[in-house]
Amino acid sequence: MLRYTLLRLLGAIPTLLLVIVLAFLMVHAAPGGPFDAERALPADVEANIARAYHLDEPLPQQFLRYLSGLLQGDLGPSFRYRDYTVNELIGAAFPLSLKLGAMAMALALVLGVSAGTAAALRQNSTLDRVVMAFAMTGISIPVFVVAPILVLFLAVKLQWLPAGWSSTTSASRLVLPVITLALPQIAYIARLTRASMIDVLSRDFIRTARAQGLGTMTVVRLHALKPAMLPVLSYMGPAIAAILTGSVVVEEIFGIPGLGQFFVRAAGNRDYTLVLGIVVFYATLIVLLNLVVDILYGVIDPRVRQR
Amino acid sequence: MKTRILLALLAVLAISACTEAPREEGQVLHRGLPSEPESLDPHKGRTTQAAEVQRDIGEGLLSYSATGELVAGAAHSWEVSEHGTTYTFHLRPEARWSNGDAVTAEHFVIALRRLVTPETAAFYAQFLEDLVNAEDIVAGRKAPETLGVEAMDDRTLRLFLDRPTPYMLSLLTHPSTFPIHPGSIEQHGEDFVRPGNLLSNGAYVLEEWVPGSNIVIRRNEHYWNNAATAVDRVSYHILVQATAELNRYRAGELHITSNVPTDAFQTVKEQYPDELRASPTLGVYYYGYNLTKPPFRNSPELRQALSMAIDRDMLAKKIVGRGEKPAYSWVPPGVANYEPAVMSFASLTQKERNNVARRLLAEAGYGPNNPLEVELRYNTSDFHRRIAVAIQAMWRDVLGVETTLVNEEAQVLLANVREREITQIFRSSWIGDYNDAHTFLSIMQSGASANTPGYANSEYDSLMQRAADQPELDRRRLYLEEAERVLLADHAVIPLYFYVSKHLVSPAVSGWGDNVLDYHYSQHLSLSASE
Amino acid sequence: MSLLGNPTVRVSGGIVLFIALVALLGPFLSPNDYLSTNFDELLSPPSFDGARFFGTDDLGRDLFVRTMLGIRVTLVVAIVASFVSLVIGVAYGAIAGFVGGRVDAAMMRVVDTLYALPFIFFVILLMVVFERNLLLIFVAIGAVNWLDMARIVRGQTLSLREREFVAAARLMGVSPARIVFRHIAPNLIGIVVVYVTLTIPQAILVESFLSFLGLGVQEPQTSLGALVDAGVNQMEGASWTLLIPGGLLALILMCFNFLGDGLRDVFDARHVS
Repeated sequence: MLRYTLLRLLGAIPTLLLVIVLAFLMVHAAPGGPFDAERALPADVEANIARAYHLDEPLPQQFLRYLSGLLQGDLGPSFRYRDYTVNELIGAAFPLSLKLGAMAMALALVLGVSAGTAAALRQNSTLDRVVMAFAMTGISIPVFVVAPILVLFLAVKLQWLPAGWSSTTSASRLVLPVITLALPQIAYIARLTRASMIDVLSRDFIRTARAQGLGTMTVVRLHALKPAMLPVLSYMGPAIAAILTGSVVVEEIFGIPGLGQFFVRAAGNRDYTLVLGIVVFYATLIVLLNLVVDILYGVIDPRVRQR
Repeated sequence: MKTRILLALLAVLAISACTEAPREEGQVLHRGLPSEPESLDPHKGRTTQAAEVQRDIGEGLLSYSATGELVAGAAHSWEVSEHGTTYTFHLRPEARWSNGDAVTAEHFVIALRRLVTPETAAFYAQFLEDLVNAEDIVAGRKAPETLGVEAMDDRTLRLFLDRPTPYMLSLLTHPSTFPIHPGSIEQHGEDFVRPGNLLSNGAYVLEEWVPGSNIVIRRNEHYWNNAATAVDRVSYHILVQATAELNRYRAGELHITSNVPTDAFQTVKEQYPDELRASPTLGVYYYGYNLTKPPFRNSPELRQALSMAIDRDMLAKKIVGRGEKPAYSWVPPGVANYEPAVMSFASLTQKERNNVARRLLAEAGYGPNNPLEVELRYNTSDFHRRIAVAIQAMWRDVLGVETTLVNEEAQVLLANVREREITQIFRSSWIGDYNDAHTFLSIMQSGASANTPGYANSEYDSLMQRAADQPELDRRRLYLEEAERVLLADHAVIPLYFYVSKHLVSPAVSGWGDNVLDYHYSQHLSLSASE
Repeated sequence: MSLLGNPTVRVSGGIVLFIALVALLGPFLSPNDYLSTNFDELLSPPSFDGARFFGTDDLGRDLFVRTMLGIRVTLVVAIVASFVSLVIGVAYGAIAGFVGGRVDAAMMRVVDTLYALPFIFFVILLMVVFERNLLLIFVAIGAVNWLDMARIVRGQTLSLREREFVAAARLMGVSPARIVFRHIAPNLIGIVVVYVTLTIPQAILVESFLSFLGLGVQEPQTSLGALVDAGVNQMEGASWTLLIPGGLLALILMCFNFLGDGLRDVFDARHVS
């Protein structure tokens, strides 16, 4: 297991290098520079600023400068947030994105798995139909339609929940964003769980367990849940990606200063170092998470380990 | 297994959710801020949003009252020499930094030298370009010590100018001219600007800054006029989307918004008639022509035809629709000491303008057999889109001109406008930096960095030069007005409308004053207890 | 042919076809066109007066015609993008699966690598770097979606490769290319159709997501995503500008998802029999 993990980690290095090169070339290929504004700068001032940020150097030199910084864990200074380094910005924004994403994921897993299991146990009942209809709706309505409608009704009209994020108040602010972000994932996971649970429940070992007189809940808990979770677990990778994407929209609408919001702004502002920093950070994160999912998969399904 | 992982996850989340303790004490004023300041270092800010916060946490030699009159700031009095090239300021003996140190003339000298030093890389390095040697220092040709500023003693500061600059005093309210405490830079280096390190000579001091979220400032107990400060704490919430900001206001989470979204303006006007504050400001929204390439090079008639065919009154009323005034001049009305020139066709009805426009277009050689096709570029935004589509329709209906709309990201548009290669007509705007016509007219001088159309007219340049050398305000004003007339007759740009500042101000807030600069110092505001 | 025997397929497929047909023909039934502005009729609610079935937008343009145009653009974007991902994915997956061995391992390694890219960020960068146009949107969305297709096709090909009829063809000296096209590709159709049907709603979502970020199609063209984005800002005063395109978007997505499910049932049933 250890050797496998190490090999996978080594294998991730070319991936990350590719990501860095691609992202570096793309941000620098984008038309317009980080210091262009409607209030154009006088030539001398512009030259001074370019020099301060090493933008007057040839591109390969800038790339090497970036790489050598990266090797020391330094993502460089932000061009747009001149008082902050990229490390600081990611350090401030990521915990929030993580909290948001993890809460949404947890909610999606709990609700999705329970709803899917319930639907599978009463296949073709009214409950099943309701759950599946909800799931289909959840998949089919984009986040950016759901979010403003929720804000309008729950926060502005009824004033039950706060409308946006603010560092000065409590966790209730995360309720709307988390629900919005989790909604499509609840739907996907419910569908996945239902299908795989139906499949597992029809297998021989479940029939044997049932024949031994065990109750439905016990059978599900002790025998069916684990194998039925495998497809859900393999879905974790795409789910993380989906939550990442969704969080860009959710953070934008609710004004949450997470990484997604920073990325969209940075791409627009041509904040080269911040764009690169976030891409590199997320790529590393995805590689690590995929690894964790694979290892978890091995824990649940021992056959995988032998391969 | 799975349940355990889930439980662990939930536990982590529950703990992290609880660690945020609410922290509200004293009077807290919540204000919206439409974009993040790039820096709170007085020399590294750029946007009006940076300046907005900086005006609360620092003070220049002069300042503004709530209603926009120039008033004494860190200096209590000043004299100007006969030719208008030497300014002597007398600092307040009671002016203090937030650590209790006295604010001295030397602090201004250090700050102004730092502003123009190339290594500082200040966006506003040339803001005081009329100061002796300022331009040479920014270009690296002279040492910062040669700058025309001198501390005569602890409380007397003298500025030396190359030419009379009648708007000099209003420049000295800008954050880039604020003093700097040399000790704090020595002690903290570049980190001197962090919350806790940043010293302030203004009414407030920086307490907290969460990037992307909010900036909290608290009362500066050492401020010379602290007794007059009512609000203890101000929280600036960074809310880029105007709709999100409005929702926060309506949910009672903001006292003051920085804007009102176009789409919701009518609703807001009906629901909050007494809380809506709309007031003209010094800003013009315009379309520029690329004057260096056909079809708009050397074709003033064609440019005039397109300009005339736009129904500005309709545009301002129905499409922009938030009380903005249609623009028939380049300099907005309300600028101090100035009467804007007006475009020749302003007195005609739109119908008459359309007829003239059609005739001019035909004279320029375009018509049904040779239809004009133009490309209009604007930066991506729902608001700019609406205006562009409306103008596209007007040109099609009145002149039969086919317009291709291209929306680009702001940075792409700016780069294209600057290169003047592929642009034909583009959207832009100009917001005045100070209350003087010079801030609008100077950018159209040939070679000026913000001269987007590439306008170059020697008559215009010489009028501007003569205005610059003229110490007498009334005569200077005549030159400036004449220059604007030349600019308008050339139809180098299509001014569309003048900006209006729009805020929602909670009834709990008092002390708010409308002004053309749209400056609203927190120190002038107070909150009623019934909040 | 049990395709039409499956009620899910019949109903959802029928709705999609109906919507597409109306989107295609609807504009001819309306006296209005998609770009004429009317400044006296800004944001007027739906009515049969002047055939404003869906009302007008914030520039007084007819929303019925614009919505029909939006559906067309959205469907075309989604279908072309899915086709792009289909071509790349099937070719890639089939080659990897059929050739097998080291080539397969290397090719799948590349897929794994690409999976690790924060794709949505690259799509945003892509839209930022190049001037936006429809073609780029197709390519961007297609490029995001081909990975799944490649994996599925490869798996299927691997198992097909071992079947008797392929082995027989090989023994008879049939060229590898011919085997792929004649014997393997036809057997992939079922699963590919199912996945294309499920890729289309994903592509629609990506397109509308890009429109939400202002990176979508150029005015005066429009898409359902762009209409929804505009509607979100006006939902309070003019709810129809959000609810009509939003509802249609949801309906289309739902139908494609149901269609995919239904098709899968049909093909699975066939497999078993």
